[in-house]
Amino acid sequence: MKNKFVSSMLFYLLVAVIALVVLFPFLWMLSSSFKTQVDITAWPPKLFFVPTLQNYRKVFEEQDFLKYFMNSTIVGAVSVGLSLVLGLPAAYSISRYAQNKLAVFILLARLMPGISFLMPWYIIFSRLGLMDSYVALILSHMLISLPIVVWIMSTYFSTIPRELEESAMVDGATRQYAFLRIILPLCGPGIITAMTLSFIFSWNNFMFSQVLSMEKTKTLPIAVYNFISYAEVDWGGVMAAAVAIMAPAILLTMVFQRYVVKGLTMGAVKG
Amino acid sequence: MTRSSFAERNLRILFPLPAIIFIAALMVFPVLYTLYLSFSNWNLTSGMPAEFVGVGSYVRVLAEPRFLHALGRTFTFTVFAVAIEAFLGVTIAIILNRAFFGKSVAKLLLLLPLVATPVAVGIVFNLFYDPTIGLLNFALDALGFPQGRWVSSEKTVLMSLILVDVWQWTPMITLIVLAGLAGLSEEPTEAARVDGASEWQILRYVTIPLVMPVILTAMILRLIDALKTFDIIFAMTGGGPGYASETLNIMGFKYSFEYFRMGQASVILVVLFLVVLLCSLGIMKLRAASEL
Repeated sequence: MKNKFVSSMLFYLLVAVIALVVLFPFLWMLSSSFKTQVDITAWPPKLFFVPTLQNYRKVFEEQDFLKYFMNSTIVGAVSVGLSLVLGLPAAYSISRYAQNKLAVFILLARLMPGISFLMPWYIIFSRLGLMDSYVALILSHMLISLPIVVWIMSTYFSTIPRELEESAMVDGATRQYAFLRIILPLCGPGIITAMTLSFIFSWNNFMFSQVLSMEKTKTLPIAVYNFISYAEVDWGGVMAAAVAIMAPAILLTMVFQRYVVKGLTMGAVKG
Repeated sequence: MTRSSFAERNLRILFPLPAIIFIAALMVFPVLYTLYLSFSNWNLTSGMPAEFVGVGSYVRVLAEPRFLHALGRTFTFTVFAVAIEAFLGVTIAIILNRAFFGKSVAKLLLLLPLVATPVAVGIVFNLFYDPTIGLLNFALDALGFPQGRWVSSEKTVLMSLILVDVWQWTPMITLIVLAGLAGLSEEPTEAARVDGASEWQILRYVTIPLVMPVILTAMILRLIDALKTFDIIFAMTGGGPGYASETLNIMGFKYSFEYFRMGQASVILVVLFLVVLLCSLGIMKLRAASEL
């Protein structure tokens, strides 16, 4: 009995250590975002301090963060939406006609290093006058979300019995009608998984925007990065910016926790 | 009626067609263009057209020590990061694989690093690593150890970057393996227990071999991404100090968008592409073999 108590205490201690290691960078980032530059650079590092909002004021008033926030939202939402339009029918077809080669072809976009398209895009988009345009950014981010949509949804469609659309087709419906009106309405959970994951990946993407966007379409990760590329690091400002960029992704994850776990672990477990 | 039956007969082509055209235009064409450029010498800022040099750019880039170091570093980074992540990830999954109070909270916490913006994560770790105000040096100092220079020293920079990758991605392996463990049937474990196997033996000879395919798949997913690691390195060190943390991806980026030497940049991109492709194929073969 005593032995069991000790081992369960040990277990919880271990879990607490793991949780602390995972959480610590977030907590330190959050607390630093409320510190003055003096408090941040204090030695020894300060655990207790008088919180200030000046970093957030700086980020949102001087840096025009709301604009970058909107840019990230627009690019993320539109690219995910368009990827669903292209990806859902493709995923359906892959699932129903067992088009495995096609699946591999689309998933190659997930496998390949982004920079091997980014460099030619840079040349092509410059020629077309599309640098710093939403079009270029959205197209590039679609290459992130489309493979995710196809990967998650082709697996999801396969879990839906064929009999459903087949019986509708016996009743005279076309297959495309059955897909739109019978199958898709059953795919809510899969679509939420695909949307959440691909939006987060688009939200966090740094490399594509770093090259393709300038002042007009700059997205959040670039704005955060620009904070540190100045000569002297304004740590408080960077930390506030880091909090601002991570908060929406974390919020989304908390709301859709189940879906995010499923999406991230899906293919791996299925084999 | 005839129109819809045409659509219906060709659904297997029509449905995926837009996605295929999109991928062809934005992935296949650019990759072929990169391949073409890799046989040229072209400085974008010179205003001169690309000049065909055959394998000239390959010869120049492949012989450069800077390139060879970047190639080696890419492997070092990947092998260490993925090995440590796999070890820690599987260990943590085995620890957490039981019913306990707060398990769903623990799983939520594990998700957070995975969705955190890598650039921002890198910057937060830079604050930890800062030689004069960083928490890590404070901790070392307080414990009586000599302080480190972390990302500002050529000797420790790669290790420091690997640590960030480990913090961010170990939870992914844990979550995948946890899902794999949850899907195992109880029977083999029970049978081993009845036969008098110790908990360690059960783990070593029953549980781990059963989840091995899942572990390997998680490692493939990590490996593919680790080879391409860009954000944290670019944000934390930009490949420095000197070239001490420059991987192929960073080098390719610099050749493309800082030096605008597109021909040589393309050579680096082609090599990186091949490295990712061959490594994934290699491990998939390994995984298939382990399932025999």
